[in-house]
Amino acid sequence: MNDMEHGQGHIVEAAILLKVWGALLALTGLLVGASLVSPTLAVAAMLTLTPIKAWLVLYYFMHIKYEGPLLRGMVLIALSVLVIFIGMMFLDLAFR
Amino acid sequence: MSYLDRQGQGGLSSWIFSTDHKRVSLLYLTLMTVFFWVAVGIGIAMRLKHLSGSDFLISARTYNALFTVHGVIMVFLFVIPGLPAVFGNFFLPVLIGAKDVSFPRLNLLSWWLFLTGACLALLSLFTGPGAPDTGWTFYVPFSLRTGTNVSLAVFAAFVLGFSSILTGINFITTVHRMRCEGMTWHRMPLFVWAIYSTGWIQVLATPIIGITLLLVILERAFGIGVFDPARGGDPVLYQHLFWIYSHPAVYIMIVPAMGAITEIIPTFARRCIFGYKAIAYSSLAIAGLGSLVWAHHMFTSGMADLANIIFSLLTFLVAVPSAIKVFNWTATLYKGSTDMQPAMLYALTFVFLFAIGGLTGVMQGALGLNVHLHDTYWIVGHFHYVMFGGTGFAFFAALLYWFPKMFGRQYDPKPAYAAWVLMFLGFNMLYGSFMVLGYMGMPRRYFAHLPQFHSLHLAATIGSWALVSGLAVLFGNFLIALKRGAPAESNPWGGKTLEWTLPSPPAAENFHTPPVVTEAPYSYNPKARA
Repeated sequence: MNDMEHGQGHIVEAAILLKVWGALLALTGLLVGASLVSPTLAVAAMLTLTPIKAWLVLYYFMHIKYEGPLLRGMVLIALSVLVIFIGMMFLDLAFR
Repeated sequence: MSYLDRQGQGGLSSWIFSTDHKRVSLLYLTLMTVFFWVAVGIGIAMRLKHLSGSDFLISARTYNALFTVHGVIMVFLFVIPGLPAVFGNFFLPVLIGAKDVSFPRLNLLSWWLFLTGACLALLSLFTGPGAPDTGWTFYVPFSLRTGTNVSLAVFAAFVLGFSSILTGINFITTVHRMRCEGMTWHRMPLFVWAIYSTGWIQVLATPIIGITLLLVILERAFGIGVFDPARGGDPVLYQHLFWIYSHPAVYIMIVPAMGAITEIIPTFARRCIFGYKAIAYSSLAIAGLGSLVWAHHMFTSGMADLANIIFSLLTFLVAVPSAIKVFNWTATLYKGSTDMQPAMLYALTFVFLFAIGGLTGVMQGALGLNVHLHDTYWIVGHFHYVMFGGTGFAFFAALLYWFPKMFGRQYDPKPAYAAWVLMFLGFNMLYGSFMVLGYMGMPRRYFAHLPQFHSLHLAATIGSWALVSGLAVLFGNFLIALKRGAPAESNPWGGKTLEWTLPSPPAAENFHTPPVVTEAPYSYNPKARA
C-alpha cells in the first residue's frame, strides 16, 4: 500500500517544481520559435514537444511519479495513443 | 436466493436502481432488444420500398431518415454496447471469481446514461424539424447544412459515448483489481481477455468521437469554422476524427463477440482451446492495430497518397490477429467430440459469416479495388456480414449459451435450429445480394434503383423476410422459455469456467465463499495442454 492510500500525499520540493516550470517555459519558447520558422516545423515541434510537456505536468505536478507502475503505464498508454492518433492524422494533412 | 428473486421493496425500482452487475446486464438486454426490433422494422421498411425501383410506399426524404435512424440505432444502441454491456456485465465478474464489478454505482450510472442517450435519440426523430437524414456517420458539410434534427441526434451519440467510456473504465479496473485467488492473467477465460481489450478501446477512442460530435453542434450553432470549408475548415478532418473512433468501434463490436465464441467452441468441442496465449494476445493486437486503420474509410475522400498507402498496409496487417483466432478455433475443433447444440451452431455460423465479412474487408483495403467499391451496396453487404453475421450471430450464440445460467430456464432447442435455417438462408440472400449489387455498381443510400438491379433487390427483400422470420422464431423461443422453460441445471453444457460452478441463476453476490483457481480454463484434456 503506497503513501497516497494512507492519505499522506507527497510534498515536492519547491526547487523541483521551479525547475519543471522552467523546463515547461523553455519548451513553450521552442514551440513558439518553431512556429515562426515554418508551418511544417511547427507541426513537427508540436507533435514531439507537447507530449513531453504533458508528461512533465503529469509526472511532477499530478504526482504520477509516486504512483505504481500500473497507473503510470496506463497514463503513458493514453498519452502515447493520443500522440499516435494525431501523428497519423498529419500523415495526410502534411502530405496532401 | 438468486439475483432474480424479489429484493427490497421489489418492483421496477429494485431493478432500475440496482447496482448488481447481473441486474444491470438485464436492464441493458431489455432496452437493447427493444431498440434492435425497432431498427429491424426500419430495415424491413427500406427493403419493402425496393420492391419497386421508383416511388413506392415511402418518400425519398423519409428513406433518407430511415437509413440514418436504422444505422444510428443499430450501431449506437445495439451493436456497440451489445456484448460488453450484456454479457460483459453479467459474466466478467463471475468469470474472474468476483462479487461484482469494481465500481457498481458507476455501472448503474452507465446504464442511466445509455437510457438518456437512447431517449434523446428517439426525441430527435419526433421533434423539431424532423429526423436526421445524414446517414449514421453525420458527415460534414451536409450535417452542418441540413435543416433536420442533427444536433440532438449527435448529442444523443455523445451521451451514449459517455456510457461506453464508463463501462470500459469499470471493466479494465475490475480485471486488474478484482480477480480471485489463483486467477492469474493466463488463467483468465478468453472472454475476459476480449472484454479487457475492448475496455481499452472504449476508454481511449470514445472521447475522440465525443469531442468531434460536440464540434459539429458548435459548428451548427455558432459557425466556428473547424469543419466548414466555407469558413476555412476541413471536412476531411471531420472524417479523420469520426473514423478514429468509429473504426475501433468496429472492434468494440467484434472483439467481445470473438471472446464469446472462444468460450463456446471448447465447451461443445470438448477440447481445451488451442493456442490460448495466441488468442489472448491477438485480442490486444486487434485493439492496438485496429485503432490505426481508420482512414481506409477515406481512400476516396482526397487524402494524401502517402497516407492512403500507409493506411492500406495497416489494414492488411489487422487481418493477421483476426486470422490467428479463426485458425485457433479451427484447430480446437480438430479431433473434438463436437456436440452441435444451438449455441455451437450459431458460433460456427459466426466463424463462417465473419470470415466472409473479414476477407471482403481485406479486399476493400486494396486501394484500387476500394475506388470501385466505395459507397456501393458492396460496402453495405460487407459491414452487415461483419456486424450482423459477426456480432449479431455471436450475440445470439452467447445468449443461447448463457441463457440457462442467466435466467435459470432451459429453452427448447428445436425452434432455435429452425430459426437458424431461416436466418442463415435469409441473411445470405439479403446481404449476398447486396454484395453482388454493389459490385455491379448499385450505389448505397439511393432511394431508387435502375431496372437492371431489380431482380437482385427483389431477392434481397425476400431474404429479409426469411431473416426476420427466423429472428421472430428465435426471440419467441426465448420468451416462451422465460415463461415456461424447464429449470436449468447449474452446468447444462459441461462447461469448465467459473460461471458453471454457480447455481442457475446465480446468487446476488455470485460466490458465497471466494473461489480459488488452481488450473487454466477449458481443462477438457489437460494432458494435451501440458
